[in-house]
Order: sequence, then structure tokens, then C-alpha cells
Amino acid sequence: MLNYLWALMLLVGVLYGAFRGRLPDLTGAALDSAKEAVTLCITMTGVLSLWVGLMEIAQKSGIIRGAARLLQPFMDFMFPELPKEHKAREYMTTNIIANIFGLGWAATPAGLKAMEALRDLEEERRKRGVGRPKGTAGNEMCTFLVLNIASLQLIPINIIAYRSQYGSENPAAILAPSLVATLLSAVAAVLFCKSRNMGRKGGGR
Amino acid sequence: MIRVLLYLSEILVPFLIFYVVARGLEAGRPVYEDFIKGAEEGFRTVIKIMPTLVGLMTAVGVLRASGFLEFLAEILAPVTKLLHFPAELVPLTLVRMFSASAATGLALDLFKEYGTDSYLGLVASILMGCTETIFYTMSIYFMTAGVKKTRYTLPGALLATAVGIGVSVWLGGQMALPG
Repeated sequence: MLNYLWALMLLVGVLYGAFRGRLPDLTGAALDSAKEAVTLCITMTGVLSLWVGLMEIAQKSGIIRGAARLLQPFMDFMFPELPKEHKAREYMTTNIIANIFGLGWAATPAGLKAMEALRDLEEERRKRGVGRPKGTAGNEMCTFLVLNIASLQLIPINIIAYRSQYGSENPAAILAPSLVATLLSAVAAVLFCKSRNMGRKGGGR
Repeated sequence: MIRVLLYLSEILVPFLIFYVVARGLEAGRPVYEDFIKGAEEGFRTVIKIMPTLVGLMTAVGVLRASGFLEFLAEILAPVTKLLHFPAELVPLTLVRMFSASAATGLALDLFKEYGTDSYLGLVASILMGCTETIFYTMSIYFMTAGVKKTRYTLPGALLATAVGIGVSVWLGGQMALPG
């Protein structure tokens, strides 16, 4: 995806710049931007190291595990047909918690494992004759992905780093508004999924 | 209400630092060593994304300097005005659904062009935090599960994203008001 997006931005930029007679500006912009990316990374290194360092303490002292436990009633509510001991449950919890705490790189591997586990779950259901046809997403998959995309997040740490790099007077000012926005989009996701799952058990239509 | 939110923003980070360190001590952890270990991981993560950022910021820089982004905003202005949505944010919003890093490049460009604490800068900041790369995420997750029929995933994802964007525009507007 990025392959085309990136190429498109550059090609359109150069063509349109040539058409508007702005090629000299383009040269400067290209060089400056590349240089700026590195400066930005230096700020990011500081902020992200601070955050991941704190999260390491949170992990080792059981805060993250505690948060995962607190999430269980919510998981029961969102995934009522998922067997209690199914491994998909643990992976999904890990993925959601990692997203909430801004540990994106830990979220994706767990999320993908959750999808594999959910695929196995659908396979088991099909064997019992209650599953959806092969290649069709189960309720759990749809709900999990919609929740994931609603992207509940406690602190958008990268944005704070970018804001401080670009001279914000108060880089953290957006924290609470972001939390409200992310909560409301998550609520919309929950309501939507619940209404779609209602009356249609995993056994299919 | 916006004042309460701003106050909450101010205390959130200090509170988290205090809470995490205190809980670590309580659990008998060598908190400083844990911190250093995590910080090293954070350090490595940034080094890993540096080439991506160089590539994308260059592309967005070229696009900005060519005048194409202004041109796009101008064409879209009549439509976005109807929706009360700032036209300058349209490229960011669209790209956000496909690629997180390309969207980052565009958000940084908005910060440079209009300022982080301007209306556009604030909306972009909030928006980046409450939206996801819908199409990218769906494609890799469903590919992993071997699923082709995704049922209500896309409508649900679009709905959540639309709500996030709407709230971002509203709260960004509140924050940008003088006083």
C-alpha cells in the first residue's frame, strides 16, 4: 500500500511543482525534510525511551497484568460466545491492553495470533456443524477488528513527541481531549458490534 | 468542560509517572534497572523507524512545496464547507486510513505549516490519536485468518473512525477558541 502511496506523493509533487514552476523550491524541500526527519527522531528517541521505560516498570510490577484482569468483564460482554479458556481470549486481551498503553509494536503480533486462534475457533465450530462457511469472518473476528480500529488509547505518546518538537507551548494539552475522542469512537464501535451480533449466534444466519 | 479537560491533560503524565514508579517500588522491583531496560527498547524502536520517517517526510515535503496540497484543499473547499470540516485536513484524513506513517508525515506538515497549537494543529493532533489505519489493519489481520468475507467489519470501522474524526473537529474547535 505504502509502495504506491509514497511513489504517488513524489510523482505528483514533482509533476505539479514543474507545472507551477516551483522546482527550485522542491529541491530545498526534499533536502530539508530528510534532514528534519533525523532531528525529529532525536526528540522522539527521548520521549519514546521515557515511555517504554515506564511501561517496562508497569509490566514487571504487575500493573499491566492487573489492567488485563480488569478488562475481563468487558471481554465477556463483547465476546459472549468465546469459550472462557480459549487462547484467542488471552491474545485479544494482550492486543487491546498494548494498544491502550501505546505499545503498538507489542500489539500487532498478539493481534495476529488472536486472528489465527479465532480461525481455529471457527474451524472447531464448523466441525460441530454450527460454524460460518470457510473464509467468512466470525462474530469475534469482526468485533475484535472494529474495536482495534476504534483504537482506544490512553496516551498518544508519539503525537506528544511531535508536538514538542514543533514548538507547542503545551504538547500534552491534547491528552484529555484525545481520550474523550478515543472513548467516544470506542463506544460507537461497541454499540455497533453489539447490535450486529444480537440475535445471530456464532452458528450463523 | 474544555477547562476540565485541559486540567486533566496537565496532570495525566505526572500522575502516571508517580503511579508506575510507586507501584514498582511496592512490588519490590529494581525500578531504575527496569526503566533502563525499557528505555533501551524504546531507543531501538525509534532507530528502526528513522528510515521510514526520512522517506515519508521527504515525500510530503515535496508535495507541500509543489503547492499541490493547497490546490487540493481549494478544490475540496466547497464540499468540506458544507460538512463543516476543514479542507486542509482532508489529505490527512484519507491517508490515515491506509498508512500510519504517511499520515504522520502529513500531520507533521500541518504542524509546520499552521503551528501545533492552531486549530488545524490541534484537530490533527487529536485525530491521529483516535483513528487507525483501517484498510491496512483489516488486510493483514484478515489475511492471517484466511478470511475474505469480512461482513460488518468495514462499516463498523468506518463508523468508529467517523465518530473519532467528528469529536476531534469539535474538541479542537473548543480548544482553539480564545480564552
